[in-house]
Amino acid sequence: MKPGSEESTLVIEAGLAERHYWRDLWRYRELFYVLAWRDISVRYKQTIIGVLWALLRPLLTMLVFTLVFSRIAKLPSEGTAPYALMVFAGLLPWQFFSTSLAESSNSLIDNSNLISKIYFPRLIVPTASVVVSFADFLISFIILLGLMIWYQFLPGWQIFALPLFIALGFLASLGPGLWIASLNVKYRDFRYVIPFIVQLGLYVSPVGFSSSLVPEQWRLLYSLNPMVGVIDGFRWAILGGQAAIYWEGLLLSCAVTVFFLWLGVRHFRRMERSFADLI
Amino acid sequence: MPEFAISVEGLSKRYLVGHQIARVERYTALRDVIARSAINLGRKTINMVRGRPIVEGDEVEEFWALKDISFDIRDGDRVGIIGRNGAGKSTLLKILSRVTEPTNGRLKISGKVASLLEVGTGFHPELTGRENIFLNGAILGMTRNDIRSKFDEIVAFAEIEKFLDTPVKRYSSGMYVRLAFAVAAHLEPEILVVDEVLAVGDAAFQKKCLGKMEQAGSEGRTVLFVSHNMAMISSLCDKAIQLENGQLVAQGSSESVIINYATSGRSSPAAADYRSSRRRIGDEFAELLAADIRNERGEAILEIEINKPFSVRMEYQISIGTDRHFVPNFHFHRADGSCAFIVSSEAKRHLSGHEYAAVCFIPPNFMNDGLYSVRLALSSFESGVSVHFDEIGALTFNVRDPIDGVPTRVSGYTGPIPGSVRPLLTWTVAPID
Repeated sequence: MKPGSEESTLVIEAGLAERHYWRDLWRYRELFYVLAWRDISVRYKQTIIGVLWALLRPLLTMLVFTLVFSRIAKLPSEGTAPYALMVFAGLLPWQFFSTSLAESSNSLIDNSNLISKIYFPRLIVPTASVVVSFADFLISFIILLGLMIWYQFLPGWQIFALPLFIALGFLASLGPGLWIASLNVKYRDFRYVIPFIVQLGLYVSPVGFSSSLVPEQWRLLYSLNPMVGVIDGFRWAILGGQAAIYWEGLLLSCAVTVFFLWLGVRHFRRMERSFADLI
Repeated sequence: MPEFAISVEGLSKRYLVGHQIARVERYTALRDVIARSAINLGRKTINMVRGRPIVEGDEVEEFWALKDISFDIRDGDRVGIIGRNGAGKSTLLKILSRVTEPTNGRLKISGKVASLLEVGTGFHPELTGRENIFLNGAILGMTRNDIRSKFDEIVAFAEIEKFLDTPVKRYSSGMYVRLAFAVAAHLEPEILVVDEVLAVGDAAFQKKCLGKMEQAGSEGRTVLFVSHNMAMISSLCDKAIQLENGQLVAQGSSESVIINYATSGRSSPAAADYRSSRRRIGDEFAELLAADIRNERGEAILEIEINKPFSVRMEYQISIGTDRHFVPNFHFHRADGSCAFIVSSEAKRHLSGHEYAAVCFIPPNFMNDGLYSVRLALSSFESGVSVHFDEIGALTFNVRDPIDGVPTRVSGYTGPIPGSVRPLLTWTVAPID
């Protein structure tokens, strides 16, 4: 770009919506990679077992859930699928959702030194932190493979739909993540709300049990929780049709996800310009 | 048509600040604490419902960090921004670098801006020096290829070759700062915005940084530079802007703005009157009363042409008659704080209760051009050295070089000539037979 050329002239005015915002977002993609890489590479620094933590946490949760829900509460699995496998198929997206929600909500405050000193499209920060949880998610996939080998369970053609549900899970966590991240800058109360939501959500979402246990007349209402659609989708894809998909609920979950995404992006964009003053 | 790099029109920035009302209660009763907390909670809830930010304190007040600022900066200008703490300098830089948005007004920027509001923004303590170079470079807007091609240069500049693979949390603070500045110094933007970041590091490194910034300026980049160090401003910038309480009070050549800044609150920098000031300068023997700089016609002036004589005059009063011999002495300092020279008169016995005037005549073609400050002192050497008063930076004046008709420029050279003095001396240049 030549100095003084028309396209490099930037006009800043109070309240003027950023016209080049989405183009800037593309231009700053390098920063996005670097921030994601930074968070991934420092995540397990100065720990003894390092990246094994990403395997250990879901594994232990899975064992406890299987024990409590299957052995003690005697809840049924999906079809003939082993209970542990069913729990893990739900635990995978849930852990992805909960860590990315928690990370993205706090991401702006954790990076306040950047935000108050450097310009860049702020959307990069929470999005990059979701990518970090995605790395953990990929690592815990190894456990799923291990479980499948252990139970000698072969998934069906449905497994190819899994990326769609991963994308849905990504968006389902990004929407509320953006919304809460921007609110968190202004009102730190949300810092204390997030762990609560995550803890409660684990029991409200069908992680330890199958969503087919929910009475038929309540199922649509239950699907207002966007993670219900994501988890059901994961089970359907991984367990190869052992879990029937509940289409109305899935569509509703998608709609709720889109709504939250719209709300999150809109609120974030509106607040973004004042982040540096409030943080 | 003049090419403006930055053009600012009516820029204002408002912040909300909270105040704590001073309490006069003698005891803090639990009842009052609860009542006050309830009121605060109510106010915060109302603010939240209305979508306003939470401001701590009992009273909320508007504060204008910048108020109706307008100026233009041409392509390739090196502009210093000066002002006291809280004058709005950093806010202005934040708006220019798009970190925060103005409340009113607009600005136009042509060219890629890189801003350096802090050294080492985004450095991660757990990452190694090598990793942080890439991280910090990306944060400052460099691409990975840019960084890779300059990597060796950056490492050499920072002098940290041995510790490249050590986490920066194990670095000494000096190494940390050197690395951080090294990355920033290798940015190649069209407009460089720098906040007071050079105040760190040792003197040698500061000099190196300054050299790098001078280079950026000489390559035709536009540089905006905030500093409290007037020497850096005067050596680095050709123009300056002075802010005071969020308003632009002066702009122009850096020399004239620095003089204006150095003397704000006083009638004239080249004339100081201490008689009316509440602060008494002196001890039980003597007191400084006034001082000024005068031209050959006896008029108080701010700026002297290099080929004209002038005088420095100080008035003082002797309180107690003693058998001391007082020595008035003047210390001339350059803008960078270094001492150019010191002059003193002969030691003389003074009469008690009398006012004296000490005048020192500076010949033409003696001092170099530039900004000088004068430190006024009165000493005596009877029982060891005693200093009766010593006023640092009492007077400020500028020696101007009009270039045309200056005897020390008969060579025809018109560029800058370094040094504190530029005396007109006798030469003989002749073939040796």
